[in-house]
Formats: sequence, structure tokens, C-alpha cells
Amino acid sequence: MSLLTTLSLAWRALWRSWVRSLLTMLGIVFGIGAVIAMVASGQGAQQSVREVFQSLGTNVLIITNGAGPSFGASGGAGSRQSLTWTDLSRLSSGEISSIRWVAPVLQTRTQISSEESNWNTSVLGSTADWFRIRNWTAERGVVFDEDTGRSTAKIAILGQTVVKQLFPSSDPIGQTVRIQGQPYEVVGVLTSKGQGPMGDNDDTVIIPVGTHRQKLEKGVANYIRGQILVSMTSDELAESTMAAITANLRDWHKLADADEDDFRIRNPAEFAKAQQQSTERIATLLALVAAVSLFVGGIGVMNIMLVSVIERTREIGIRMAVGARPGDVMTQFLVESMSLALLGGVLGLALGALAAKYMAGYFGWKMFFPATTAAVAFLVSGGVGVVFGLYPAIRASRLDPITALRYES
Amino acid sequence: MALVEMRGIERTYKMGDNVVAALRGVDLTIEAGTSVAVMGTSGSGKSTLMNVMGCLDQPTAGSYHLQGRDVSRLSRAELAEVRGKMIGFVFQSFNLLSRTSALENVELPLIYQGIPARERHRRALAAIEQVGLGGRADHHPSQLSGGQQQRVAIARALVGDAPIIMADEPTGNLDTRTAHEVMGILRGLVGQGKTVILVTHEADIAAHASRVVTLRDGLIIDDRQQTPVVVEVAA
Ligand SMILES: Nc1ncnc2c1ncn2[C@@H]1O[C@H](COP(=O)(O)OP(=O)(O)OP(=O)(O)O)[C@@H](O)[C@H]1O
Ligand SMILES: [Mg+2]
Repeated sequence: MSLLTTLSLAWRALWRSWVRSLLTMLGIVFGIGAVIAMVASGQGAQQSVREVFQSLGTNVLIITNGAGPSFGASGGAGSRQSLTWTDLSRLSSGEISSIRWVAPVLQTRTQISSEESNWNTSVLGSTADWFRIRNWTAERGVVFDEDTGRSTAKIAILGQTVVKQLFPSSDPIGQTVRIQGQPYEVVGVLTSKGQGPMGDNDDTVIIPVGTHRQKLEKGVANYIRGQILVSMTSDELAESTMAAITANLRDWHKLADADEDDFRIRNPAEFAKAQQQSTERIATLLALVAAVSLFVGGIGVMNIMLVSVIERTREIGIRMAVGARPGDVMTQFLVESMSLALLGGVLGLALGALAAKYMAGYFGWKMFFPATTAAVAFLVSGGVGVVFGLYPAIRASRLDPITALRYES
Repeated sequence: MALVEMRGIERTYKMGDNVVAALRGVDLTIEAGTSVAVMGTSGSGKSTLMNVMGCLDQPTAGSYHLQGRDVSRLSRAELAEVRGKMIGFVFQSFNLLSRTSALENVELPLIYQGIPARERHRRALAAIEQVGLGGRADHHPSQLSGGQQQRVAIARALVGDAPIIMADEPTGNLDTRTAHEVMGILRGLVGQGKTVILVTHEADIAAHASRVVTLRDGLIIDDRQQTPVVVEVAA
């Protein structure tokens, strides 16, 4: 009996009772769906962790003006100014040996314009070290050096998105952008970093920290209205570095032992790890769901195939009488259970892709469709069909043709 | 060499401690191109004999040569192949696949002989034509009368070019008129060189055969040649 004939026979048998077939498939649909969702979410989470590292640089700590719990609901991070420019220079002095670079980050969202167009973006004020910490270089022109970074020069470095918006048709280097009415000369354009966990990395403009303080902050004297980025010589030193910074800042801020910290130090690597762990938990759960669903789905297939063998006893007898070998009958039922399972697998792939898309949207990941896993899952569903279809198929093939022909349904 | 050669065929069924002997040493030789009616009272072993002869069943003792080949000790798969090649069955209750067209029912034996779809189609249509159901190839069994269903079954028995047609009470579910029509078709097949072996209770059905074998208690008690009745050929 040819494969094509066997297949069409199986499909027709399944189609004949399609509601039953569909219900039988459900377990496999959910099983395979869970597998796909699991792997896609795992990859999405990993990618998002990579992006955190990529956009922040590795070994980075972020110090913010802190609101300890004592500030209560009215507070919130950064609500009280406590970090000073003196803190910054002391941190950069090399006193804590595991600190490599230190950079202030002042951030203002504002309108900027060129001759051609205007655009609302985030304008950062920082220094040369900021580019080193974020491992970010100029695609054209230059980034700040030690002097220009600290100066009050009216120069700006643009991210790619800003370039696209403000200079769609010309080279921005040497041209002028206006930030809050003031003219700045564009000295550099950054390489593209693409989408990051906090949105588009390239939608930004960097100006010297001195200029930011003078033109955008308008005279806040001692306090840093922003963050301090610290990069460490090694990831392993995160704990000790955080402890050292905490001790120093508390000392410099003259905090009593009982006082809460008036600053906060965050370790994005920790954050990323925590996020990864939570997605790993989801993945484990999904793996469990997948295993249970596939097993239950397999039992469902077996059950329905056993019912089908009984219902079709007479048909089996007829087929045997006209020359079907036991092997032919077995193949027919195996192909049927396998088709059932494979169809469930395909629907599961679709469901999984849908779930992956939904999760990607929810967590802000890129959408992944794990092609290799999909292929494996497809084979697994076929395997479930074969394994759980085997017993009913063997029973069908062992029927005695005479008894089967006499069977009254 | 005879087509069917049975020597000392026994078939016993074990029912717990009881042993039922359905056939108790049957010797039977059937030549190709003849028609044989097997008669006998209920329980005399007619169906059992047909099943053994049709390779649906195996004898518990004795030897059976079909076209010279010993078929009394074959595996289930080998028996299936012998059935496919040598024997076309017609049953009392038609035994067609419901929800499947007449054409597909007739194609069925060819599927298991690995014949490609187009060839299957062509031969099945020809067989349906031969039993006079030309216009009804796509009808399902439920859309056909009993006589028409039995014709489909005969077409199915014919399509594989098997030399033997075995029919166990082929007219048992048909009215007299239809029964004789069906017998007419079967007799036509004998004219074309087929061997037709049929089981029947009714003497006027057996009258269509050229030989009548009578069984009682699993033994042949009578075996005689006869001249088949003349049938009015329907226009
Ligand atoms: N599967 C079986 N198990 C046990 N005994 C059986 C089986 N099949 C047939 N028999 C017995 O074998 C004997 C012959 O049965 P068989 O069916 O061959 O009779 P028959 O001549 O065809 O009768 P009928 O005219 O009623 O169809 C009977 O006594 C029957 O009870
Ligand atoms: Mg009988």
C-alpha cells in the first residue's frame, strides 16, 4: 500500500469525525505550544539581558539621589538632592581601587531643532568617561576628550535616531542644532546601538556636562541633578565596590549610624540576573506544562484510537478479507494516530508562536520564533502519535478476520 | 492439478473444556472453472469450510493445496496475500464500507496489491460496469438497494482478477427475484472461467451450480454433479 494512499486514508478517517479529532489534539496542541512559548521566552529574556549589558556597558554601577524608605510614598528615587559634584571628584580620585571610570549623567527631555526639522529627545550632559563606560564610539566626528567633556563649550554629539530626524538629507558634522534656542555645533555622530531595555538607545544627544549645568540646569550649584555612573575593573568586585562607595558616601554626607542612606546604588547586572531567573522559573513551569500536556495528549490519542479500532472492527475485517496484511492494518492506524498528533503539533506551533508574540510584547523583548525547537517539537508530536498509537494499532492488526467480519457495532 | 485440493481437513474449536469439531475430515477437490454449491443444515460446518477454503482460517489438521501450493501452514501475512491474489469474497451481509463510494469499495483489494491510483480507478470502474452498476459508481452503500450492494460486493470480488469467487449465503438477504439476478451475474463469471463456490440453504439457488456438495456434522455426506437450471437472460 503506497504512502500517499495510506495518508489520504488516515486524513479522511480523521476528517470524518473532526470534532473528536480536534478535541483529541488539544493536549498535544497545548504541550507543543508550551514548548515553543518556553523556548521563545527563554531566548527573549536572554536577549534582553544581553541588551542591558550592551547598552549600559558591563561592570557598571548606577548611583542615584536616593530616597530611602523613610521618605515614604511622597518620595521616590531621586526626590532629594544628595549627590554632590565633590562626591563625583572624590569617587574619581582613585581612592577606591576597583573603580575604573566615573561619569555624571544629567538628563533633560527637550525639543531640539536643525535647519531641516525638529525633534523631542533626551539631552544628556556628561564627560569623556561616559563614552568609555558605555563603550560607545563615534561613527563620524569625535566624542568628548577630558577637556571638552568638562567644558562649557556648546558642542553636541548625536545618536543615529536624532540624526535621522534632524538631518535626513545632509551630513550633520559641523552643522548647528538648537537646544532650547541655543546653537550647538555637532562634532560627532555615535554608532548605532539599536533598541535597548529602556527604549531606543540612539534617540539621544550628548553635550558637555558643564554646558548642561550652565544652560539647562540654570544654576544648581553643588548637587548633581542626575546620576553617577561607575564602572568597575571587574564584575566580581561589585559587592565590595558597592560597600566601599556606600561607606564613603555616608561619610562624606555626614550620615549618623541610624540614618538611612540618602543615595542608592544599583547594579544592572543583578537586575538582569534577577530578570533572567524569573524567566527561568516561567520556563521551568512551561516545561512542566509541556510534559504533562504531551503525556495527557498522548493518552488521549491512545484512548481515541482504541475506540476507533473497536468502532471500525468490521472495516478491519473487510480490509483483511480483501488482502490487507496485519502490517497494512497496523500502518493504517499508526499513520492515523501520527497524523492526529502532527496536526496537533502544527496547531501547537501556531499557538506557541502566538503566545511568544504576546509575551514578547508584554516584556518588551524582540519576538523570537525558535525554528530548531519548532522542528524538534514537530518531530516530538509525531513521536507521541507513534508511541501512543502503537498499542491500538497492534490490537487492530491482531484482529481475527472472521470475528471482525461478524462484529456487530 | 486441481484448483482446490483438501485432504482430511479438520477444524476444531476449543471452548473452555469443550472441543467443538466443526469439520471432521473433509476431502474435497474442485476443478477450475466450475461452480459448486455447498449445502447442509445449520451448524453443519459450511461457513467453517468456506473460511478455511478462503484462507480466512486455518485447519487444525489435514492438508490444503490451493493451485498446487500448500496453504495450510501459512502466517497471517502470507494468508492475506493469498486471499488478495486468489480469492474474492461475497458475504451475506454485503460487508461494504459505509460512508465510502461504490467505486472506492471496489478499489479496496487493489490498494493492498500496491496498484497505482489511476489504474485502480480504471479497473474498479470496469468491474462496476460489468455488474451493471455503471451510473452508480459514486453512490454510497446507503444509497443503494440490497441487490445493488451485493453487485458492488461482486465487483469488489472481481476487480483483483482472483480466480475464485467465494460467496457465503450471497442471496440470504435478498428477495427471490433479486437473488436470481445476483446468481445470474455469478453464473456469468463461471462462463468467463472463474470458479464460484457458494454456500446456500436454498435448493433453487443451489440449482444454479454444476455441482452440489452437502455437509452434515462436519463431513461431506453427498457430492453430485448436475446441470444448472436455465436462466432467462434479462434484457
Ligand atoms: N468461532 C467459533 N467458536 C466455536 N465454535 C464455532 C465457531 N464457529 C463455528 N463454530 C461451531 O462450528 C460448527 C459449524 O459452524 P458453521 O458456522 O460452519 O455452520 P454453518 O453450516 O455455516 O451454519 P449456518 O447455516 O447456520 O450458517 C457449529 O457447531 C458452530 O457452533
Ligand atoms: Mg454459515
